[in-house]
Amino acid sequence: MKELFPAKQVMGFVFSMILTVTALSVYFLEMSFTVGITILLVTAFIQAGLQLVVFMHAGETKDKGAIYTNVYYGLIIALATVFGTLLTMIWGYQIP
Amino acid sequence: MDFFDRFAVPHPSPAIYASMVAIGLTVVAIIAGLTYFKKWGYLWREWLTTVDHKRIGIMYLISALLMLFRGGVDAIMMRAQLAVPENGLLDAQHYNEVFTTHGLVMIIFMAMPFVIAFMNFVVPLQIGARDVAFPRLNALSFWLFFMGAMLLNISFVIGGSPDSGWTSYFPLAGNEFSESVGTNYYMFALQISGLGTMITGINFITTILKMRAPGMTLMKMPMFTWSTLVTNVIIVFAFPVLTVALLMGTMDRLFATNFFTTANGGMDMLWANLFWVWGHPEVYILILPAFGIYSEVISTFARRNLYGYKSMVGSMVIISLLSFLVWTHHFFTMGQGALTNSIFSITTMAIAVPTGVKIFNWLFTLWKGKIEFTVPMLYSIGFIPIFTIGGVTGVMLGMSAADYQYHNTMFLVAHFHMVILPGVVFAMLAGLTYYWPKMFGFKLNERIGKWAFWFISINTLVTFMPMFISGLDGQARRMYTYSESTGFGIWNMISFIGAIGLAIGFALIVYNVYYSIRYSPRNIGSDPWDARSLEWATHSPVPEYNFAQVPHVNSSEAFWDSKKNGHVLYKGELEKIHMPNNSGMPFIMACIFFLWGFAFIFAMWTTVIITTIGIFACLAHRSFEQDHGRYISVREIEETEKKLRGA
Repeated sequence: MKELFPAKQVMGFVFSMILTVTALSVYFLEMSFTVGITILLVTAFIQAGLQLVVFMHAGETKDKGAIYTNVYYGLIIALATVFGTLLTMIWGYQIP
Repeated sequence: MDFFDRFAVPHPSPAIYASMVAIGLTVVAIIAGLTYFKKWGYLWREWLTTVDHKRIGIMYLISALLMLFRGGVDAIMMRAQLAVPENGLLDAQHYNEVFTTHGLVMIIFMAMPFVIAFMNFVVPLQIGARDVAFPRLNALSFWLFFMGAMLLNISFVIGGSPDSGWTSYFPLAGNEFSESVGTNYYMFALQISGLGTMITGINFITTILKMRAPGMTLMKMPMFTWSTLVTNVIIVFAFPVLTVALLMGTMDRLFATNFFTTANGGMDMLWANLFWVWGHPEVYILILPAFGIYSEVISTFARRNLYGYKSMVGSMVIISLLSFLVWTHHFFTMGQGALTNSIFSITTMAIAVPTGVKIFNWLFTLWKGKIEFTVPMLYSIGFIPIFTIGGVTGVMLGMSAADYQYHNTMFLVAHFHMVILPGVVFAMLAGLTYYWPKMFGFKLNERIGKWAFWFISINTLVTFMPMFISGLDGQARRMYTYSESTGFGIWNMISFIGAIGLAIGFALIVYNVYYSIRYSPRNIGSDPWDARSLEWATHSPVPEYNFAQVPHVNSSEAFWDSKKNGHVLYKGELEKIHMPNNSGMPFIMACIFFLWGFAFIFAMWTTVIITTIGIFACLAHRSFEQDHGRYISVREIEETEKKLRGA
């Protein structure tokens, strides 16, 4: 019975639903911009990771190494670009 | 006639009318020639529909050489205009268009396809594969690049060329200051060819990760393959930024959005930021494959294995990461504070470390080697001192405080030409000479090749060294003229003479190709350089299926081992080979893309809608198409092998 019931996928689905509802709550509940955007960012990243691992089978073949290297590399580049841009265009920008 | 008015060139000159006539006559001549010699069928069957990585590589190569000629003519025009003070050869508008297209053509449509030509031709051979992972997509990549290039190249006779620099900074590139369709051309030509490059990136990562010969682990790949892998990783991560930036710019110009405007909450500096987030990794996309070619050439002609294989790989991986962390050094003077600039100064200088590791590895490879001064080797050795001048001045520019002095002067122009010429162009010419026998079955003449090398390397110095001086004296880049009292005249005149010398050098290469086609001996075998890696283990020219049997590998120099150390490359019997079918769809789809871009540029919305549907129809056709490829029988392979071995 255990082999037939896809527990991992069902749990993944439930969890992804919870994440969606949490994100949606930002629209319906009263909260400050900072809190709202933090909730959105955190749930979005967890959601993306969940989809990759549970539903897109990132770790299930012998290409595991290549796939994860790619994901981490992309993550590093994305974070560097976003924070670098913030640094250059907003935090460190001196001409009004 | 209102409809046709939009295609008129806003700033016509006799030169542009002459070009129109010349383009018209060339098109007529090509069509007439193809019809007269009955070559339409040949062209369609053998080239337009091919999915063979070798032929696609050769088409990339031909496009790159054509674009080198076009960008070179632009360069000569600029140097001629600046040769004497108060020159009236080109007016300001024409000069703006010339320097913009020179930059675009040389970077996007010369250097990129040159690099990708070698990736296409060499990598599947080096890893012992039959083709790339997605041959059909590969053809699509080429045709998208080609149509993007053609789109930019028709701009100067239809509607006007882009004129806001190859960086196309907003708000200058916005509708307010660039009224002609020129910048629309920029947006769509780059968008379409960038799409092709992106597909190449995915294709080659997959090919290298999945299709290596048995026994070839990642750390046993030849160095050019490693550099290709790292380059394509950078392509995949950098090009989406350009795509998005171009899309935002297009929206601003065509649909009145306010991403990069100065009013309504737009942020003009964001363009510069996004452009260089792509633009700096782009520099490494060009130079890493060049480093790969130098590694191959130097170890072949020093007759030694490459020194420090692991540190070579490590330094490339570090370069690929650092290349994403330095982009702000392109606009140190545009408003960031000292902290931000210092951070990016430090990351910039950090890149010099892995680059230095590579340079020392090459020097140690040469150390105690039996060096043979062939043409590819001359380029590889000439690269080191000239590149060092470019590199050292780069470190000067990288110091943000000092950069306020150098920024936007001819000093900068001299620096990046001193890096790109030896770093990319020399490598491509070395690669061209080195791989020519594998592509066409005969060598280029060495004597003429050496003349060309000396002309090009000496005149690189003659052209660009004076710019360091006039730049420090205050000559700004992109100035179309200057007064005599500035004293820039003499330096620009020397520079012009150097440019003529460079032109002679490239003309010598063209002559060399002609001479070698006529007189070069054809009986040189499949390994004329006594080389080390797998691409030399098959026949030249290479049969369609590359290797009759898949080679077995146990080091990064499997072919050398098989020649000297008794390693057995081929085991077992011949088997039938599965090959992909040719297809006309990539070419047709790219033609539709060309029309799509053209329609967007001139805001012809009906055509835009029709061509968009056409593009989706092509995608749908591919999705439902049944194409399982074809097999080459054992008998056929035996016949081909016998014929090639006999020749």
